[in-house]
Amino acid sequence: MATPQTAYQEMIKGIWRDNPVFVQVLGMCPMLAVTNSAVNAIAMGLATFFVLVGSSFLVSSMKSLIPKQVRISVYVIIIATFVTVADYTLLALFPVVHKELGAFIPLIVANCMILGRQEAFASKHTVKYAVMDAIGMAGGFMVALFALGAVREILGEGKLFGLSLFGDHFEPWVIMILPPGGFITLGLLLLLFNWVGERKKAFLAQVATAEVTGDR
Amino acid sequence: MSTDLLQQTEKEPGSTRLVASLAISGFLSGLIIIGIYVATLPTITENKARELREAVFKVLPGVSRMQKLQFDGNRVLPKQGGKDDENTVYAGYDADDRFVGYAIASEGPGFQDTISLLYGYLPGERKVVGMEILESRETPGLGDKIYKDAAFVANFKDLAVDPQIVAVKKGTKSEPNQIDAITGATISSKAVVRIINQGNQRWLPRLPLPGNEPRLQTSPDTQEAQ
Repeated sequence: MATPQTAYQEMIKGIWRDNPVFVQVLGMCPMLAVTNSAVNAIAMGLATFFVLVGSSFLVSSMKSLIPKQVRISVYVIIIATFVTVADYTLLALFPVVHKELGAFIPLIVANCMILGRQEAFASKHTVKYAVMDAIGMAGGFMVALFALGAVREILGEGKLFGLSLFGDHFEPWVIMILPPGGFITLGLLLLLFNWVGERKKAFLAQVATAEVTGDR
Repeated sequence: MSTDLLQQTEKEPGSTRLVASLAISGFLSGLIIIGIYVATLPTITENKARELREAVFKVLPGVSRMQKLQFDGNRVLPKQGGKDDENTVYAGYDADDRFVGYAIASEGPGFQDTISLLYGYLPGERKVVGMEILESRETPGLGDKIYKDAAFVANFKDLAVDPQIVAVKKGTKSEPNQIDAITGATISSKAVVRIINQGNQRWLPRLPLPGNEPRLQTSPDTQEAQ
């Protein structure tokens, strides 16, 4: 992370290399709770996206005004304001989605991924980098939510976005949309992510040794 | 050493600055929250009213207008504004303003959380003619069949309330006051039945004799089907 990066790299790292869910394992509570359908997962992802990008922008642009001693409280105030805005907007425009997500919208305040990005990144970088980082992290979070939500909805209800995929003969695997299904799917996705990472590392090492021995 | 400490404390901002920055950010945040609350409140209230209206028209077939009635301790009277509470009931009227039936709201504990529902009741025939779940957090895939399973909801389309409604094992319904419970969601099915029975216990003695229902009043509270 110490190497200088372009704004694009700051963004793309959140989606794969430092994915908040699969690599940093943050934000597990909304991750497991609202991913019982793809639509819920995307709605939660968008709300988190709005809060994270908005608060990263504000924190980064006001970092010289916020005294160090009270920074965490100020971050929490900023995040809570964005969450309230998201909460009321969803309630007014998409009451059905709001009903499904329930208490988990207000709980975005307590998502450690968001406060973590303010403290670790936005408060130390310029606005441009902070916003790119926030977009990447929120994007990575949304990708993870969607991956989990889609798998659980397909297996648990035989549907995706409410559209039936398999016809009447499919027997829904109900456990997948219940809490255990969330843990099982998350575990398998983490396994997949780490396996791909290991493979990549092994491949790179192989290439390096091949270069060393092949040239001489 | 002491000068180091002194210099460090000098660099720290005074407590006034700390308090001020917290107060200012809190104040600004408050302003934004009030702004969004005021901006979205009309839509939210309208959504809720529309949801309720649609539910009333759904549980009382053939109804095209409704008015709210309030129980004042002795009898039910047309409601003049104010918030709905547990003593509010909804009366449905047909296109010729003739009384059809009541939509009664009731709630009680389900399997996971409170289930709140609305059901249509015809006092003349002493029958439940429709049921709509307004709010519930039953288990997805099992308990949520109380509103997702059309066959279960259809149980409440023609259901006698005397002596009281009973949930029986699926496929064994034989009396007009019985409903088929959902396999795998017996607790949720029984909860729905219990909530309706409680609503009946509470409301049936309060309602006027059939034929003496309050007339439809033309007031801003009278809502028409859209």
